[in-house]
Amino acid sequence: MAQIGSSNGKTVNTWSALRDIVSHRQMLGLLVRRDLKSRYKDSSLGFVWTLVRPLTQLAIFYFVIGKVLGAERGIPEFAIYVYTGLTAYGFFSEIVGGGTSSIVANAGLIKKIYLPREVFPLASVGSAGFNFLIQLGILIVATLVLGSPPISPDAIYFIPALLIILVWGTALALLLSAINVYLRDVQYLVEVVILLLMWASPVVYSWEMVSSLAGDHTWLLEIYTNNPITLAILGFQRVFWMAGHENPASAPEDLMLRMLIAVLVGLIALLISQRVFARLQGNFAQEL
Amino acid sequence: MTLADAMTNSDAPSVIELDGVSKRFTIRKDNSLKERIVTFGRAGRRHKEDFWALRNIDLTVVAGTTVGLIGHNGSGKSTLLKVIGGIIDPTDGAVRRRGRVAALLELGAGFHPDLTGRENVYLNASILGLTRAETEERFDDIVAFSGIGDFIDTQVKFYSSGMYVRLAFAVAVHTDPDLLLVDEVLAVGDEAFQRKCLDKIRSFQQEGRTIILVSHSLGQVIELCDRAVLLNKGEIVLDGDPREAVNDLRDLLEGRRLAEAREDEGANQSGKITNVRALPDHKDSDEPLTPGDTLRISADLEYSAPLSNWTFAVQIDNHMGQAVYGASSKSLGMQLGELQQKRTFEMSVEDLRLANGKYFVNISILDEANRHLVDFPQAASFDVVSPPISSGIVAAVPRITEVR
Repeated sequence: MAQIGSSNGKTVNTWSALRDIVSHRQMLGLLVRRDLKSRYKDSSLGFVWTLVRPLTQLAIFYFVIGKVLGAERGIPEFAIYVYTGLTAYGFFSEIVGGGTSSIVANAGLIKKIYLPREVFPLASVGSAGFNFLIQLGILIVATLVLGSPPISPDAIYFIPALLIILVWGTALALLLSAINVYLRDVQYLVEVVILLLMWASPVVYSWEMVSSLAGDHTWLLEIYTNNPITLAILGFQRVFWMAGHENPASAPEDLMLRMLIAVLVGLIALLISQRVFARLQGNFAQEL
Repeated sequence: MTLADAMTNSDAPSVIELDGVSKRFTIRKDNSLKERIVTFGRAGRRHKEDFWALRNIDLTVVAGTTVGLIGHNGSGKSTLLKVIGGIIDPTDGAVRRRGRVAALLELGAGFHPDLTGRENVYLNASILGLTRAETEERFDDIVAFSGIGDFIDTQVKFYSSGMYVRLAFAVAVHTDPDLLLVDEVLAVGDEAFQRKCLDKIRSFQQEGRTIILVSHSLGQVIELCDRAVLLNKGEIVLDGDPREAVNDLRDLLEGRRLAEAREDEGANQSGKITNVRALPDHKDSDEPLTPGDTLRISADLEYSAPLSNWTFAVQIDNHMGQAVYGASSKSLGMQLGELQQKRTFEMSVEDLRLANGKYFVNISILDEANRHLVDFPQAASFDVVSPPISSGIVAAVPRITEVR
């Protein structure tokens, strides 16, 4: 006979929650497909729309910030530089944004059927990942067309960079989705913060600009650089932005070490947010 | 030893064990971040209210039984079902369960309107715990049971509401559950489909599956369940024979209704109907009627202005609110003369053959065009006990003989 849910106020432990999710992996796949299929179901262009937003952003940043404001003067191959940053940041923001509202959006299911509730934020991670793959494909095609294919030993940075975004994005998605059930303000707050956070990472300007601006305040630069999203974006730029390799000042020292630490800290954050999620999920059905 | 004890002590293994389960809901009046901060701490406590939906519930259900959860609105039966289903965590106590569960709390809860019927079947089946291979195997059965036919590849937002619930029910019953939790969903679809649903439930019973049913249709509870649990204010009042539990619930509801009615008793109209009584002839007032008895219904009537050419009307409803009998001074071709001062009338109904259950008496004063001048709905009630040789609303004696 199996114990159902938590009792006497105790929460389910992480290990059994994980086992529960693994046993529902098929359903997780179907939920991701449902999200993707239903998103552009009745539009005639369909998935093309997933590309419209980042491409528009790229056009704005390339022309307005790059050409008009002149940011591209310090950054060779500015188009690839911006698109790399946008792809990475877009992935992160979609995980967090979609994840935060995932529990509330699936209220109908949560109130009526028992499922490990973690699957809903995880499904948004999955559908964000799908869009990320499409954008990544375009990025690779673009580098080939522009004649600087991303082939270098630095391609190894792809793995820690992706891990940082996945781990930190999932941790935030879990935590915020649970809090959002109790405080609906969170989802609107998250939208604003995501908008702001993009400017705290070297997406449209270069890390070099920040480091020369910080000057003697090395601690300020350290805080800026060790932001996990900044590290992930710098990592992706090492992979795809070949022009950066000619200039050693375009990235901080010990980038790989910093990224590995960010992954480890992220894993701890993920564990903590799962604990919070497990504690809060007991009352989901009645709060929705 | 009560019936419930007999059941828990039988040899069959138990599928559900609830041990001192309580559930507290906190009702908050501040919901936004701003309000929370403003009312933080001590002040916040004033914006909270505790409500115990369940208190100290001990319940053991053995395999193969069908249990009905009954009670008035807000008595905690749906909460109890959700606790059993694992949808709500109890505040206190432990829930243990065995086997695969399918919860029919709301049909089509997992349906996405933009996906086709086929896609939704796969999604919903996997939510209910079926693997893809299992769903594929049963897909044709599901479609056949639902009667959706060619619409299976249409987006479900174009379905009629009947098609929607039929498909959802078909998926749920094909997930092969050991324990089926049903909340008020048997009343869906047209009559033919309802019959199909009930047949499916009966075949589940025969296959030895356990069913827990929440229903306001008390007739259904008596018909389907081996055991009924009556809840009131989150506590178990009675656990045992469905007929007994249903009768107790009716008394409970009747008590509540009378208490409410006493507050605004007949004062809204310019006439008054008071002192209504419905008693079996030659019997104590508490004793239930048996088929063939005579029922005497009496009432005091008065009216603010002199009223001539009026009708004294009596109607008997069953517990479903369905009119089972009606008679009036007009139907008897009688003139009762002018009404103003209090006059007392009695209608005796001879040889009344109603089936088992609780019945309500409505008294009305009508004008010459049958417009209702004064009504006293459910002015009195009486119980009928009939031998369990037949069902329905009429108690007639059946006899089967072979004629050829």
